[in-house]
Amino acid sequence: MLQEIVISGFGGQGVLSMGKILAYSGMMEEKEVSWFPAYGPEQRGGTANVTVIISDEPISSPVVNQFDVAIVLNQPSLEKFEARVKPGGALIYDGYGIHKKVERKDINVYRVNAMDESIKMDNTRVFNMIVLGGLLKISPMVELENVMKGLRESLPERHHKLLPMNQEAILRGMEIVQQEQQAEQV
Amino acid sequence: MSEEIALMKGNEAIAYAAIRYGVDGYFGYPITPQSEIIETLMEAAPWKTTGMVVLQAESEVAAINMVYGGAACGKYAMTSSSSPGISLKQEGISYMAGAELPALIVNVQRGGPGLGTIQPSQADYFQTVKGGGHGDYKLITLAPSSVQEMADFVGLAFDLAFKYRNPAMILTDGVIGQMMEKVKLPAWRRRRTEEEIREQCPWATLGKTADRKPNIITSLELDSAAMEKNNERFQAKYRVVEATEVRYEEVKCDDADYLLVAFGSAARICLKTIDLARKEGIRVGLVRPITLWPFPSEVLQAHSGRVKGMLTVELNAGQMVEDVRLAVNGQIPVAHYGRLGGIVPTPEGVLAALKEKIVQ
Repeated sequence: MLQEIVISGFGGQGVLSMGKILAYSGMMEEKEVSWFPAYGPEQRGGTANVTVIISDEPISSPVVNQFDVAIVLNQPSLEKFEARVKPGGALIYDGYGIHKKVERKDINVYRVNAMDESIKMDNTRVFNMIVLGGLLKISPMVELENVMKGLRESLPERHHKLLPMNQEAILRGMEIVQQEQQAEQV
Repeated sequence: MSEEIALMKGNEAIAYAAIRYGVDGYFGYPITPQSEIIETLMEAAPWKTTGMVVLQAESEVAAINMVYGGAACGKYAMTSSSSPGISLKQEGISYMAGAELPALIVNVQRGGPGLGTIQPSQADYFQTVKGGGHGDYKLITLAPSSVQEMADFVGLAFDLAFKYRNPAMILTDGVIGQMMEKVKLPAWRRRRTEEEIREQCPWATLGKTADRKPNIITSLELDSAAMEKNNERFQAKYRVVEATEVRYEEVKCDDADYLLVAFGSAARICLKTIDLARKEGIRVGLVRPITLWPFPSEVLQAHSGRVKGMLTVELNAGQMVEDVRLAVNGQIPVAHYGRLGGIVPTPEGVLAALKEKIVQ
């Protein structure tokens, strides 16, 4: 198993911490993991992004050009990463942030309306956990149980009271993610 | 999963490894992409536990001179910075080489020249292994390519620095500093007592005792004949280091027709290129220098009798390639591929360069 994932959005959307939770979850399953952030001025606006790799084997390059899954949470991220999804790979987007259609026909496209859902839940801070739920539904690379362990590990203890809320958000994301396009065979 | 395994950034691994290794003092000044080192140390507050001093100096120049002071007392003293800050420290590094003081300097490189960018780079290779500061000196240089090696090389650098009474550098970059990976931190080691330092470092200026002359730590020697003797002693020491301390890693070299030569983050990228190339039937291996000085010339020379060509991959315009060419001495083609100014090469880009420049 080797999953090369990029998560990209505006600075402040919780992109880096979502990646961190995913990496921790992989570690809980005793997999090899790497997490490499774009640490430049992007994290103060524009496209903040992080590459997360989860693998059964030791990870070669933490920096990759092609991804199994791209999670894009704003329009600039779609423009940057659509071309870099492997053929047959997956692109997940949030309907709130993306206003142009995906042009590639050789990838699977999923929509998770995480922003709308987080407003319904009256808690926009769980936005990224809803997105994570969507990812785990379409590509169950780690068990939910280990995601919760990963969350526990990556959150400071004073925030542990927020764990049930985060779990609820992940489950909600699993429910609402929808496939919009099936990859054409190439 | 073992309790000892943690997930952390390379920069954080350096900080925790320093505390665990019994380092006596860290003196630094923040700069991206390595500020997590001082941030982690400040948060861990080791002065409350091991007694390690952590101090944010007023400048990089002050920090390196604090390291000089600590090292002169036989203490484990270190600093860290990124490229522009390391340039500021060069005077102090040269003075420490001249005064034969052991210390650790960490350079988490970013793209230059000048203030440049905060993105990853390996453009300080020349500065590190060819001088940087003035005078005929050498800096023991370790190039980690994983978060695990970031942790492991703190202790190794101090061991080598004290063994040879010479400053040592961990030369890394924004990729390895900023990325998170699994890491097993080194075992706890308590800080040395003053008595142990007196015994292990009889040269240290810890206060004169009745049975010996005063110890003097200086790089100044106005008598040229004596200064030449000092230089000859340094050179003899450097030859011993070169004969004894070369470290490197070979990956899939046995059946390789071509070799990639890369250190640090570039070597990680090359590992993926090897997989891509071998899927296409191109047999490629990697030699990864772990010590940049002393440089693993002999292993490259040995391979040059067997492989058809070498490609160095660096996050710079072609620096280590000169040392590879010296080692190979014209026997086979040696080319360079790099990206500049903070751009990180991709595995696919390396493969394309290999095909274009080397594969016949």
